[in-house]
Amino acid sequence: MIYLLLATVLAAAVWIRKRPHLVLPWQRVAKGSVGMVSLLLLSLFVLVGLLDTLHYRAALPEKSNGQTVYSAEVLSVFDALAKGIKSRTEKTYSAPLAAYLYAKESMETSEGKILRDYPRLRYGGAHLVDPQRELLGDVLKRTGIGALEGLLIGVLLIAVSNMLFHFFVKFRTVSSSTGGKISTDNGISIFTGAMKNKPCKALLITALLIAMLLGVTANLAAVYHVLGTDKVGQDVLYLALKSIRTGLVIGTVTTLVMLPFALLLGIAAGYLRGWVDDVIQYIYTVLSSIPSVLLIAAAVLMMQVYIEMHPEWFETSAARADLRLLFLCLILGVTSWTGLCRLLRGETLKLRELEYIQAAQAFGVSSSRILTRHIVPNVMHIVLIAVVMDFSSLVLAEAVLSYVGVGVDPSTMSFGTLINSARLEMGREPMVWWTLAAAFGFMLVLVLAANLFADAVRDAFDPRLNRT
Amino acid sequence: MIAYLIRRILYAIPILIGVNLLTFSLFFVVNTADDMARMQLGMKRVTPEAIEKWKQQHGYDKPLLFNAHAEGVSKISDTIFFQKSARMFAFDFGSSNDGRNVAREIQTRMMPSLAIALPTFLIGLLIYITFALLMTLFRATALDMLGVSLCVLLMSISGLFYIIGGQFVASKLWHWMPISGYAGGLDSIKFVLLPVLIGVMGSVGASSRWYRTIFLEEIGKDYVRTARAKGLSELRVLFRHVLKNAMIPILTGVVVVIPLLFMGSLLTESFFGIPGLGSYTIDAINAQDFGVVRAMVFLGSMLYIAGLVLTDISYTIVDPRVRLQ
Repeated sequence: MIYLLLATVLAAAVWIRKRPHLVLPWQRVAKGSVGMVSLLLLSLFVLVGLLDTLHYRAALPEKSNGQTVYSAEVLSVFDALAKGIKSRTEKTYSAPLAAYLYAKESMETSEGKILRDYPRLRYGGAHLVDPQRELLGDVLKRTGIGALEGLLIGVLLIAVSNMLFHFFVKFRTVSSSTGGKISTDNGISIFTGAMKNKPCKALLITALLIAMLLGVTANLAAVYHVLGTDKVGQDVLYLALKSIRTGLVIGTVTTLVMLPFALLLGIAAGYLRGWVDDVIQYIYTVLSSIPSVLLIAAAVLMMQVYIEMHPEWFETSAARADLRLLFLCLILGVTSWTGLCRLLRGETLKLRELEYIQAAQAFGVSSSRILTRHIVPNVMHIVLIAVVMDFSSLVLAEAVLSYVGVGVDPSTMSFGTLINSARLEMGREPMVWWTLAAAFGFMLVLVLAANLFADAVRDAFDPRLNRT
Repeated sequence: MIAYLIRRILYAIPILIGVNLLTFSLFFVVNTADDMARMQLGMKRVTPEAIEKWKQQHGYDKPLLFNAHAEGVSKISDTIFFQKSARMFAFDFGSSNDGRNVAREIQTRMMPSLAIALPTFLIGLLIYITFALLMTLFRATALDMLGVSLCVLLMSISGLFYIIGGQFVASKLWHWMPISGYAGGLDSIKFVLLPVLIGVMGSVGASSRWYRTIFLEEIGKDYVRTARAKGLSELRVLFRHVLKNAMIPILTGVVVVIPLLFMGSLLTESFFGIPGLGSYTIDAINAQDFGVVRAMVFLGSMLYIAGLVLTDISYTIVDPRVRLQ
């Protein structure tokens, strides 16, 4: 389903490319360095989310009768990629990049005495002989190597993509112009050329920084727990990366649920007026007059009861958790369409009085045609802005709702459940801070990127902002 | 004016009925009373008799909308809808699952909620508007850019972070004030201070940015140019003219939430252990106490509608052009 969404986005992009008046605002987005950098970050998150969405069930070794049996655990491609950090679980908490467990344990020394000390981790820094002495040096060494590797790979990738792009452009010019002088640029000169262009420069620098960061993380994650481990010894980095998918799903699916409501009802109310308008206004006043958290809480509570009453519907607990997630999106969508609907109604009311619509009416164009040809395209910018703006608030809302206890299923990994489980760890002595820090950090980057991108989109599309 | 008010209140009634019907269908049609009883009594080993007893105790043993067995008026009144939902119009919220009267509970819990929400609201308003005015004053300079970037950064941080972080720094690290709890009277100040600060902090980004756009929209208008042409200083223009004229959009956003202050804040209250309405609601959600959640939903929407009416009235005060007919 999510891939369908991706395909739609791509199709829309192709469709837009052919229409110059629609390309223009996107070019404005592309000219701002902030927008592009945040877009890059966002696409990175989306990539992780997409990898995590490709599910499969691993086939267990064949039984004697030759029948293939699938394991009950559903894995994703992302799990396979991150197999190392997923399977290396410790006993309990351990600090980031630590070689020792965070809690003291009774151990038997070689002389048979019982000693209470911090035991070595099963995996974190297991290759070191004397962690107390070697840890810092090893971490620094790996950081350096990782950064270098990341930088190299990043430069290589960018150069290759540049070359490909350049080749593509050259190919196009060759095929379109006959006998034009073909420039003899190579990838490197384009690289330097791009450095003069401000957004490109920012983009390149960010890409390289990300590449370096990834290199460092990959290198360290091979032998350490980069962000520590949680109570049951799971790697926090893995948990945080898994949470991205939940956040993205909530952001996008909710929007998908909300859009048809808002579009249909908003435009219908604005265009048809009369009793239709009255009814639709009544519906959204009623819905928006209930405080949204309470409405969501009530709906989720009811859904919980419903699910508990019908346990036979679900094969695996993962299916149940997924259904809960989808249902949460549904509820969020139903409660959040009113704002956009009101905006669209107002805009349609304004549009239908304009001359070109009246001209169309005078020519006897049918209502449905006026709506699809003239009104819908002209309110699209509002829809787009609202959708992008809502995304970040939905990611934040998920965390709050999960805390309240009406969010996603506790077994689903999400920022909310992560924060919720880590909340009490602050009170421990000594304090366990890394789970919270990781959850908040990842969330901050995701939401910040979404916010900045939303701003860039709004600046480019809002007709009220005059630009020269 | 009076006639207008009456009309507005009359107009609110169908909306409240709608809310009531919606909550009713959520709570009783999607899941029957049997389901709820089973949830409350535990999933396993529930006998039909126990369910019947629970339903009888809590008054859920009636038909939903229409009671065919009763006589006369009680055909309608002796139903779950009338007993449980319609009674809320008379502020009769029934009792919670542990048998306490919800209406009385709400009354006692209102004060702590207000003690947090009101200062948060007032201090917040003051700070946001000052901050936004400052950004408008230094518009299109590096200072403004810095302010806006700060706002975007602040609004990208989860509200949970402010609460957890603030609690940690102020209470655990510096031992300024207790982590959570509440006491009546003057003692309450030390309990209230931190939640208020965090509440203000939590929405400083989004709000300041919002006010800034309002001010910037006003500042592009002709009367501002006239005021400047008269030789007024920029500060005077901002405070005497722009601030006053931006009142309408500000009021639209602000007055609506005033009645909702009674509801308190769900998150803050439960984190700081304040016995207000917010934590009451959260507890009810966690305990799956439907009666309380239903009452809170109804109360919330009633207050919201009151807020809408108040907003309209406030327009007449700040803008003489607006007449309520």
